[in-house]
Amino acid sequence: MEEESDSRKINNSFLRDHNYATEADIISTVEFNSSGELLATGDKGGRVVVFQREQESKSQPNRRGEYNVYSTFQSHEPEFDYLKSLEIEEKINKIKWLPQQNAAYFLLSTNDKTVKLWKISERDKRPEGYNLKDEDGRIRDPSTITSLRVPVLQPMDLMVEATARRVFSNAHTYHINSISVNSDLQTFISTDDLRVNLWNLEITDRSFNIVDIKPSNMEELTEVITSAEFHPRQCHTFAYSSSKGSIRLCDMRQAALCDRHCKYFEEPEDPSTRSFFSEIISSISDVKFSHNGRYLMTRDYLTVKVWDLQMENKPLETYQVHDYLRGKLCSLYENDCIFDKFECVWNGSDSVIMTGSYNNFFRMFDRNTKRDVTLEASRENSKPRAILKPRKVCVGGKRRKDEISVDSLDFSKKILHTTWHPHENIIAVAATNNLYIFQDKVN
Amino acid sequence: MFPKGTKRKFSDSGEEAGSNGDQGQAASTSVAAPRTLTSSYSLQRQSLLDMSLIKLQLCHMLVEPNLCRSVLIANTVRQIQEEMTQDGTWQIMTQALAAAQCPSDRLVATEVLCRQTDPATAAQAGQSPKPFSVVGLEEGYHSEEVVMEGEVETEVTMSTLSPVSQQMPSASYLAGPFGMGPCWEEEDEDGDGEDEDDDEEDSEECVSEGEEGDRDHLRADSRTGEQVFGTFEIKHPVPPADPALEELFSDVDPSYYDLDTVLTGMQSSPKMGPYDLLESLSSHGPTTLSSSSTCRSDLNELDHIMEIIVGS
Repeated sequence: MEEESDSRKINNSFLRDHNYATEADIISTVEFNSSGELLATGDKGGRVVVFQREQESKSQPNRRGEYNVYSTFQSHEPEFDYLKSLEIEEKINKIKWLPQQNAAYFLLSTNDKTVKLWKISERDKRPEGYNLKDEDGRIRDPSTITSLRVPVLQPMDLMVEATARRVFSNAHTYHINSISVNSDLQTFISTDDLRVNLWNLEITDRSFNIVDIKPSNMEELTEVITSAEFHPRQCHTFAYSSSKGSIRLCDMRQAALCDRHCKYFEEPEDPSTRSFFSEIISSISDVKFSHNGRYLMTRDYLTVKVWDLQMENKPLETYQVHDYLRGKLCSLYENDCIFDKFECVWNGSDSVIMTGSYNNFFRMFDRNTKRDVTLEASRENSKPRAILKPRKVCVGGKRRKDEISVDSLDFSKKILHTTWHPHENIIAVAATNNLYIFQDKVN
Repeated sequence: MFPKGTKRKFSDSGEEAGSNGDQGQAASTSVAAPRTLTSSYSLQRQSLLDMSLIKLQLCHMLVEPNLCRSVLIANTVRQIQEEMTQDGTWQIMTQALAAAQCPSDRLVATEVLCRQTDPATAAQAGQSPKPFSVVGLEEGYHSEEVVMEGEVETEVTMSTLSPVSQQMPSASYLAGPFGMGPCWEEEDEDGDGEDEDDDEEDSEECVSEGEEGDRDHLRADSRTGEQVFGTFEIKHPVPPADPALEELFSDVDPSYYDLDTVLTGMQSSPKMGPYDLLESLSSHGPTTLSSSSTCRSDLNELDHIMEIIVGS
């Protein structure tokens, strides 16, 4: 698939002209809303930046809607847990949009401990002509008021404001790794390493624990939950993945505590590739239902797998993301890269899947044609509006001209977070502190 | 990945019980039977163990450590330790430590994270001379099922002792305080869960036990010993904690462990381990040090390290 590069560097740091990456600017999550009109990013500094696609103008038909900053707000602040003497990071781990029901937009954002519901609304009118207040806002002396008037709404410059409507806190002892809004639009789940909690969007002082894998003796802990998601259509079904490479599908109608799964997906280990790192690389970093609700996609360290919900014993498809790293697992363990949590996404029609890799590479796999492509998100190697050139990593022997060898890969440049527009071929890719938006080429 | 100069020699010939023919893949550097350890494989495994232990102990002081990562690393350690128990290497290692505690032997730092690949040893091991570019352990690995024994006590004690190497960040090197004493043998454990007594018992046991062949071999090892390995024990089940402290902190979720708990040997810190990996060690602290009166020089170094670590 050819891509036009409409890359732009979104630099939230104070000094726009400088090209250094401040830690707080590192993008930690990206998410399109359900219409694709808005794109939200969360960063390590607790900020959320929302981009809006501009309306396509008739005067420039070739230039399709670009994304511009719509709203920026500080979602989470750093906190200090006095009991444990530990900081709670403000880093935004996940953002999930609620489907739009009125003029305002709603999203859930979470850090390690607290989920917040934000309302983003526009204001383009303001009332003028108050009786008791001056235009400046000062209170008027009542004795000076001689007549009454009705305030009138006057147009003003568009202002986008974000307000925290709900704060869902104090329900997680461990770090929240995912949130998922239910298709009933009334509830959502938040998941930490050992528990999944069910919330009602209206109620913040209570949540239900529906999965708890904490052992009574923590010494016996060998497995944690890495991600969870609601089924896109069935409001009673959700799935959660584990650090041992298994996925459990649960039905909330069966019992209040969904400790017993109704489906268990795990691929038996291949004994010929077994090593000390087998378990670590089998740990699932992301799980995503397909839009049609028939498939599940999981990402572990080296592969992406597509599972048919009806078949539990093995995946339907397995795609190698960067198998050339298999021989480097020891080094990657040493520098902790082996613990990187890559995400994966479906396109709108569930025909293509995408995930990130190192060296600012990201990969797409076409499920129908079985073709795959490696692309790079970097300013140096792609000009705006240029078609992205496929990249190739060479694994040994002779390196061709445009190829890059495994040893030259930059493991500090990792693409962990990507998102795909729900209907069109527009993708957003976060590369450290840069956001790249790519659109399909229009012929 | 290997320490400069010397190469540890395991007594491959001494240990072999004959080859298990089903694992056909011998490592390229050795002619030993695949079932038991090729030199490079066991070295790699050992260094992986060391690395994992250090990773577990390196906690971010300010922010809670990542539980998923800790669990995965701990599982790796457990896996290695189980395999080493299977191979019988575990015993050898613990015995080597006991033997190496004689005053004449110097124990040196395990520069796990900072090992520079010596070109000679790297070439020997078939690696490219680049730091940390260890070709995966899988190379030397033969497809062997690690059989889970139900009764296996996964006990690992911290018994490395060393002066902190220059390259090591001072706060990260944990082995020091606990180096002295305990060398557990799984088969000898009563499983009573008590740490304090065991230290002194076992240190004597270790010295008196051991096959002759191993002993000779170990002496040879110690002589070359510019390097030493660390063994780390995770105690199952956890020894009963101080009831008074338990009460105090009963509503504190012992989710995370940290450096302080381990180093200062105090369980009173509100920061507790996820599975209290090192909790048992903290109670080792005082007793281990006291049981090793013979190794004065090492103790002095130990104190020095303790000062550095606790002082920071």
